[in-house]
Amino acid sequence: MALFILSPILFPLLGLLINALWGRRMSERAIGGVATLAAAAAFVVSMLMLGQLTAAEDARLTATIAPWIAAGALNVSFGFLVDRLSIVIMLIVTGIGTLIHMFSIGYMRGDERFQRYFIYLNLFLASMLTLVMADNFLVMFMGWELVGLCSYLLIGFWFKNLKNAEAGRKAFVVNRIGDVGFVLGILLIFVTFGSLSFADVFGQAEAQGETLAGAIGLITLLLFIGATGKSAQIPLFVWLPDAMAGPTPVSALIHAATMVTAGVYMMTRASALYELAPATQAIVALVGALTAFVAGTSALRQLDIKKVLAYSTVSQLGYMVAACGLGAFIAADFHLLTHAFFKAALFLAAGSVIHGIEHGMHAAHNSAPVDPQDMRYMGGLARKMPVTFAAFLLGGLALAGVPPLSGFFSKDEILLDAFKHNLPAFALLAVSSVVTAFYVGRQLTLVFAGRPRSEAAAHAVESNWLMTMPLIALTIGTVFAGLFNFPGAHPLTDWLAPVVRHGDAPKFDAPLAAVFSALAIGALAIAWFLYRNPDRAQAEAETGMGRLLAKAWCFDDAYRWAIVKPFYIISTVCAQVIDVGVIDAAVNGVGRLFHTLGNSLRSLQTGFVRNYGLVMLIGVVFVVAYFALNAR
Amino acid sequence: MTPDLPILIVLGAVSIASALGLLLSRNAIYAALFLVLNFGVGAVIYLVLNAPFIAVVQVSVYAGAIMVLFLFVIMLLGAERLSPGENPPGISFQRPLAIALGGVLLGLALYALFVRQPPTTATALADSSPTAIGLSLFGPYLFPFEVVSILLLVAMVGAVVLTRNR
Amino acid sequence: MDSTTFVALLSSVLFTIGVLGVLLRRSALLIFMSVELMLNAANLAFVAFAHRWVQLDGQIFVFFVMAVAAAEVAVGLALIVTIFRTKRSTNVDDLAALKG
Repeated sequence: MALFILSPILFPLLGLLINALWGRRMSERAIGGVATLAAAAAFVVSMLMLGQLTAAEDARLTATIAPWIAAGALNVSFGFLVDRLSIVIMLIVTGIGTLIHMFSIGYMRGDERFQRYFIYLNLFLASMLTLVMADNFLVMFMGWELVGLCSYLLIGFWFKNLKNAEAGRKAFVVNRIGDVGFVLGILLIFVTFGSLSFADVFGQAEAQGETLAGAIGLITLLLFIGATGKSAQIPLFVWLPDAMAGPTPVSALIHAATMVTAGVYMMTRASALYELAPATQAIVALVGALTAFVAGTSALRQLDIKKVLAYSTVSQLGYMVAACGLGAFIAADFHLLTHAFFKAALFLAAGSVIHGIEHGMHAAHNSAPVDPQDMRYMGGLARKMPVTFAAFLLGGLALAGVPPLSGFFSKDEILLDAFKHNLPAFALLAVSSVVTAFYVGRQLTLVFAGRPRSEAAAHAVESNWLMTMPLIALTIGTVFAGLFNFPGAHPLTDWLAPVVRHGDAPKFDAPLAAVFSALAIGALAIAWFLYRNPDRAQAEAETGMGRLLAKAWCFDDAYRWAIVKPFYIISTVCAQVIDVGVIDAAVNGVGRLFHTLGNSLRSLQTGFVRNYGLVMLIGVVFVVAYFALNAR
Repeated sequence: MTPDLPILIVLGAVSIASALGLLLSRNAIYAALFLVLNFGVGAVIYLVLNAPFIAVVQVSVYAGAIMVLFLFVIMLLGAERLSPGENPPGISFQRPLAIALGGVLLGLALYALFVRQPPTTATALADSSPTAIGLSLFGPYLFPFEVVSILLLVAMVGAVVLTRNR
Repeated sequence: MDSTTFVALLSSVLFTIGVLGVLLRRSALLIFMSVELMLNAANLAFVAFAHRWVQLDGQIFVFFVMAVAAAEVAVGLALIVTIFRTKRSTNVDDLAALKG
């Protein structure tokens, strides 16, 4: 039974091992096939678990593999838990993961580190599933760090370009800042509750929540700091746009669909705690809404096809976090689910576009090389890449919140909750919603409409079936994922209700939905109208406001001036003044002292036996003197 | 003042003279012969001090065997001509320092002998005949005696191995 | 001054002369002879004090010293012969390989 519960983690590990041990002698297809099959096997096992979990409302599969830390009161084991919440995330991770593995076989073809790429990808799956299936905070943290590692490795996958390596480092460092909060939160949980297992902590919190309100408030705040790192919220969101330096399928899987939602998952898991901390809730809601607004507006002026999607991801994560802050944890999960589908579809479509442009660059020999991710050099791809276009269009409409696509339902639930509980947050989210539709329209127009604006775009061709198949599958998911929580039926709410707090179950509000649908369609139309003239994108980016937005409200610059530069100065002082002047000087001084001593003493060692005899005689005289003068 | 003292003074003077001869001689053969003389005088002093067995061993082992060996080696190597003692290269004040330290050593001995005045007891005649020494050697000192025999064997083998022509 | 004290005094003088011989002469053979002189000086002291305390052990010890001296001379002279074969000299200043 334990093996069965662990198998979603073990299958990717098995694939990883096969590829690591024998990958050198395997063809690319074989490597990709093994990795994809491993992911698919994990998906199948997750489906089987889903079947078992439908049996009862409080059904849960648990497995404790071995004790991990047993020190005094601290008792942590490698415990795993599959319940109605984790299975949802597991299905997303393994399902979308499988499709993206498959897409990667085509996308990464011919890469010199093809084998390593799939090893990392499988490692990511195993780590993410560890995070999701943990039954205590420490195992969760282990998975949390492991996915951070995979993220780092894959962002800097093409590390020969220094910018990519720097992006990986930035992601790593920024995430560690959040992790400090998470670790402190975990420590405080242990101090407060004397245990780290979910069951104990949440049970105690429920029983004596009132008396521990202060501690719980601090714990939730610290956990939220962890979430701002992993889920790219203000103030730590700056790493995610840079993370687009990694291969596009990685952006789709890790930096859009799964890993970045870990923070949301963690807060959902701890919903029992958050419910007891209204002050934290308010902060979370506001931070989420603000992130949604800042990132959404930043997406308006990006020229890189992936950067638009990256800021969009940050913005949508803001929605989810805001939903957590509003107490609508199930709405957050619902949006997580739909977002995983449509954002993965968008990213893969973008990857397909990039792939097509690169192909076009090779096909048109005499064309000037262009940045294959720059939307200024695209245009007119709708006819060249019909499947990609369809996927991008449907994904984009879902993101914009156009009914009846999935994003519409999930976003609407969050907006409704905000409208009911928190008007400032609602205002921010509502504006971002319109902004979202606008930048989606801008991107669609720039990339697919009009005429090709470069030789490369003119020669772009549709990607092969290995890449279009996952696209089609994800697009189908994008269209129909809304059914998971279709208004009136709300199956997802019913499914998660036993394990997740959800306040008052969100109801569908037709007038509000109608208003936002109309706004979204209107924004799309305006964007379409405005950006049919592609020079506008160029011109806008050069205005003052445009530059501010393109640089994402200058968060990076602010950090550079407020943190990086002073830190650099301190480091320089430490390295060049303190290290050289004090530490090195002390160490070298000791060395020089003995060198000098040795040099002066070495003249005594002449090599002449009689000299040695003389020295010996000196000693003898002293010994004899001692006995002659003192001894009786 | 004991009756032996005048004899001892004469013997001591000869002994010191022969030692100085060793120290100052320019020829290794002469040096060796001065040492033989010194050892011979030593044997007489042993007799005076009532140690006949040691006196005989001194003559046979030291003056006989060891010094013959020395002379043999000196002549074998043809190394009888010596340059006088010099400061070796290296420590420049070797000679004055050595002499000074020798003086200090001697001074310490004089101090111990005359200033600190070891207690004197009446000298009684102990039985120090060769018989007594033999009994002692094969009685309480049997083990060291056997060890010495092994030591001599090892020295013999070592000498043979070291001088073997390869 | 009794005879024991005198012999002890003689012993220390001879020992000092031996020390000076070791430190001042250059020939390995002379150095070696000086060492023998020092051993002999020590023997004198042993016998003198054995005489004073009416103890046989001092004489026994001298016997052992002589045995060790014999062994030492055998090995030492062998060493000198071997060194002479390679260095063509019994001068210890030619043997300065112990330099630091």
